[in-house]
Amino acid sequence: MTSKTVLHAKHLEAGAKMVDFHGWEMPINYGSQIEEHHAVRQDAGMFDVSHMTIVDIEGVDAKAFLQKLVANDVAKLTVAGKALYTGMLNEQGGVIDDLIIYFFTETQYRLVVNSATREKDLAHIGAVAADFEVTVTERPEYAMIAVQGPNAKAKTATILDEQQQAAVEGMKPFFGVQADDLFIATTGYTGEEGYEIVVHNDGAADLWQKLLDAGVRPAGLGARDTLRLEAGMNLYGSDMDETVSPLAANMAWTIAWEPEERDFIGRAAITKQRAEKSTDKLVGLVLESKGVLRGGSKVIVEGGEGVITSGTFSPTLGFSVALARVPRSIGETAQVEMRKKLVDVKVVKPSFVRNGKSII
Amino acid sequence: MSNIPSELKYATSHEWVRAEGNGEYTVGITEHAQELLGDMVFVELPEVDDEVDAGEDCAVAESVKAASDIYAPIGGTIIAVNEDLEDAPETVNNDAYGDGWLFRIKASDESELDNLLDAEGYANSIDED
Repeated sequence: MTSKTVLHAKHLEAGAKMVDFHGWEMPINYGSQIEEHHAVRQDAGMFDVSHMTIVDIEGVDAKAFLQKLVANDVAKLTVAGKALYTGMLNEQGGVIDDLIIYFFTETQYRLVVNSATREKDLAHIGAVAADFEVTVTERPEYAMIAVQGPNAKAKTATILDEQQQAAVEGMKPFFGVQADDLFIATTGYTGEEGYEIVVHNDGAADLWQKLLDAGVRPAGLGARDTLRLEAGMNLYGSDMDETVSPLAANMAWTIAWEPEERDFIGRAAITKQRAEKSTDKLVGLVLESKGVLRGGSKVIVEGGEGVITSGTFSPTLGFSVALARVPRSIGETAQVEMRKKLVDVKVVKPSFVRNGKSII
Repeated sequence: MSNIPSELKYATSHEWVRAEGNGEYTVGITEHAQELLGDMVFVELPEVDDEVDAGEDCAVAESVKAASDIYAPIGGTIIAVNEDLEDAPETVNNDAYGDGWLFRIKASDESELDNLLDAEGYANSIDED
């Protein structure tokens, strides 16, 4: 039995092709994935991300709890509304999930975790929370719409009331604010500007319709994947999982090593990996000739073999790009096994497009 | 149900064939096939003058989702390929039975046409998928 988000009827109304996404019936596209991709890069698109799991953490130990739970350090968060991207690790240093944490006060935080990992995340969070004075509250009564693209903020502004407009005015990237009945955050998964808006289920269809009327184009999971991949953002389950170290998943920047005495879960394991440089690393691959790099393909590099974790045709660049987990000995080129042939690819940093432009 | 023109012949592997007279046949993929594949990003076509056998893989349609082999529905000589697809592979999505054609074959044995399905037979075959 698949779950439906509260926007299900709006998707069908917009002509969506629905697919089963880890137990959720979600739109893969509304006709053309590539046109939806371009709408986000060039104008404004919106995604239903209501399947994602919102978890509120409250209590006197909230800060200490999160300092134990995740690899990044919530002590960095001092301004109300500021957000932090981080991995939640197991004792072996594998990634249980990646998530965003919003800071309200030192006793009040909001987490947004993946939908496919919801059950194990809640179990893990609950188990760790047992030693702390905190309450963990899932918020299924909320839906979430991501509005992304160079015109996303301007188009969203046309449907906000004055109070909400004032609340988001000049908000920097990676912040969130409660504005009347909406929680509006300058976060996203596309490499473009925009908002992620948390709205009560009762108001979600109305908000979707208003955004549609304001000229924001619905975009499906297909475009969401090509957009995040161009932006070099990881997809949990593809680019990392419980068996993969954050050091092998381009997530070293999300680990707060200082202060040394902060004993977050997984610290001992990844400290050792870091000292020994024993993990693979995540790189970008570029194929400028015909063909599409696909997840799961073998990558042959100097001194070993790796694997493509995510690969796609990049609609913005007009050729194929991929993320690959490979030995650290990799040089400037590699070979990928494609349809039984070996094809030369360029090795680049794992990020390809930002704000509509190539950064290769 | 997607569009399946009654004047064409079909292979179960989702190619269509249109008789152009003179033993020449145009080949493309069906609307159903392009729907399954999603947005097309590259189309690799055979070379003009290539000799192909019925059922031989001779082209590749690569979409956002997957790369799919295209099989020659009948044997013969390739006499033309749709070069416009090089810059506009999405034509296969937008006009599968028209401007989105892939290649033309001069049949070596026109009796091979009898092995293909008519519109009704093809409709039944995709119902079973």
